[in-house]
Amino acid sequence: MSGILVLEQLLNGLGYGLMLFLLAAGLTLVFGIMDVLNLAHGSLFMSGAYVAAEAHTRTGSFTAAIVIAVAVTVVVALLLEVLLMRRLYTRDHLAQVLATFGVILVADDIVKMAWGPSPVMAATPAALSGPIELVEGLPYPAYRLVILAGGLLVALALYLLVNHTRIGMRVRAGASDRPMAELMGVRVGRIFNGVFLLGAALAALAGALMGPIVAVQVGMGEAILIPALVVLVIGGIGSVRGAFVAALLVGVVDTIGRAFVPMLLRATLPPATAADLGPLFAEVAMYALMVVVLIFRPSGLFSARA
Amino acid sequence: MSHPSPKLPALPRTLLSLLLCGAALGGAVSAMAAPVKVGLALDISGPFAALGAEARDGFALGIKQLGGKLGGQDVEFVQADMAGSPDQAKQLVDRMIQRDKIDIFSGPIGSNVALAVGPTLFNAKVPYLSANAGPSQFAGAQCNAYFFGTAYQNDQFHEAAGKFAQDRGFKKTVLIAPNYPAGKDALGGFKRQFKGQVADELYTKLGQIDYAAELAQLRAAKPDSIYFFLPGAMGINFIKQFVGAGLSKDITLVTSGFSADEDVIGAVGEPMLGLFNTAHWAHDLDNAANKAFVAAFRKEYNGRYPSVYAAQAYDAILAMDAAVKQSGGNAQNRDAVVAALKKANYASTRGSFKYANNHYPIENFYLRVIGKDAQGKVTNKLINTVLTNYGDSYADKCPLK
Repeated sequence: MSGILVLEQLLNGLGYGLMLFLLAAGLTLVFGIMDVLNLAHGSLFMSGAYVAAEAHTRTGSFTAAIVIAVAVTVVVALLLEVLLMRRLYTRDHLAQVLATFGVILVADDIVKMAWGPSPVMAATPAALSGPIELVEGLPYPAYRLVILAGGLLVALALYLLVNHTRIGMRVRAGASDRPMAELMGVRVGRIFNGVFLLGAALAALAGALMGPIVAVQVGMGEAILIPALVVLVIGGIGSVRGAFVAALLVGVVDTIGRAFVPMLLRATLPPATAADLGPLFAEVAMYALMVVVLIFRPSGLFSARA
Repeated sequence: MSHPSPKLPALPRTLLSLLLCGAALGGAVSAMAAPVKVGLALDISGPFAALGAEARDGFALGIKQLGGKLGGQDVEFVQADMAGSPDQAKQLVDRMIQRDKIDIFSGPIGSNVALAVGPTLFNAKVPYLSANAGPSQFAGAQCNAYFFGTAYQNDQFHEAAGKFAQDRGFKKTVLIAPNYPAGKDALGGFKRQFKGQVADELYTKLGQIDYAAELAQLRAAKPDSIYFFLPGAMGINFIKQFVGAGLSKDITLVTSGFSADEDVIGAVGEPMLGLFNTAHWAHDLDNAANKAFVAAFRKEYNGRYPSVYAAQAYDAILAMDAAVKQSGGNAQNRDAVVAALKKANYASTRGSFKYANNHYPIENFYLRVIGKDAQGKVTNKLINTVLTNYGDSYADKCPLK
């Protein structure tokens, strides 16, 4: 096992983790502050990917595509908030899960009507379509480096927003003790609207960035929703910092589970047994991490409500 | 109590309905024989939605060209979206048999769906033309007289790819498939024909999105070729990321037609150029029936090339048409229909083929490469024949004669 392989896998894990963070950050804020579990978050991710793919084909500019995708998705989220989410604030989690699950079904059908059932093409910008030689013997896909950089920038911006601004302070206050924050004059409802739209923008950004390396297709949001929810649980509900740490942990553990565990198994066990056990370990790794974290910190690593 | 219409007075309204009744009766009398009832499973939602939509377009074109008839008989097509779900498919097929009393069945994309609905259809003695799925279970000991794997047996695609890799002289290859039965069968099929060194077999999660970890292992293993079986979106993700990682310069990518058909090309585009793949059909396969089919398909669907799934579905309609005609127009006589189907006496888009004793085809497999057509559109091009008159490896276990 060479150092280069380890380094490459580490970068892969970080990239995947940062993408999960973009999704989980919005999810955790909405759940943390308003106690609303929004399963349709994955649909906003899908919206970002589809709109970006379409805009990229039409305008030819990848930057424009991302901006358009985020803008369109924020408008969609605004409609979703006004038409549906507002009615769910006072309902229990079961009602929220059912209603937002319904949104997933409707969103999938709308996308299917507009773009058809086949996956659509989301091209990698030409300048970034090849690899860059990071160190001797490690050509790394240039586009993945952009995802890494984008994810880190957004994480930094969110950190500054939440921890070093007045708005961020109110967001944190709303997340940790909503009734008290309201008594102190914080208009938590108004803040929530902003947070919901910010979460939608982050999901759209994740979708637009992921488009070129994955299949842009109906239902793509559901596949990534489960790991995003795991991140939310590990990080602690309502904590952006928790989401960041948990997302990187999940990303790295998932990559280790997929890359190194099967390799070690193949080195020590008969090939047939290793082929059966390897993928099993890889699939279980993320959930095992969640179980271990929850045993020691039942409310997550950095719960806002702890 | 009657509700007089606000617009029409009673008398003209009665006359009008009498006229309508008369027209309907006249139509019924002229039809004479009971129409053939055909159950068509569409998978236009669910995991195989893109492939199901291709198949639906192929079915629709065949039905349109035959003027909605089979063997000159009127037909009632009972269509239902089975959504690639075995449970849903089983319920819908039960209803097609009990309520609609179908005479022939065709459709499902997934092998898991085919396995779920097969026994019900066999019990009811309904001939089942599988227009895509070719599970090994129905090829060996559990083969059935009413089942026709009209397209292929699943392993054959991978065996053809293995033969290509062997002929091309690849020394060291890595295999990748999802960790589920079809994935293991695929790699087993490939290895049946490939005798070179298999450096590694990677099994991924079913439905996996990110292949960075696997690609890094590939780079470390330094093979000269890779065989991957990653159906649907998994293949799309893998190819995009493989090319993005710059691996396509040193490693030849080989796959089965499943991961390199027009539906995948539409989503990936240029990065797929130069990808070798194997199938029992190609849109530029040189025979009259295929040329007519491809031309009609492109005219009907805005210049789009048909995929394997569309061709197979179209073929299934032609096979039904021939079988109804050759059974003397009596689709209710199941034994006659099955005997006629077994002859495979119709102009198939893949040229002539015949069935083995287990009702799976003995046919040619072709090497295709993804290139550009005269208009610069990315599409598959036929190179040569990899396996000639090739049967499947399960036929000798099937008790049918």
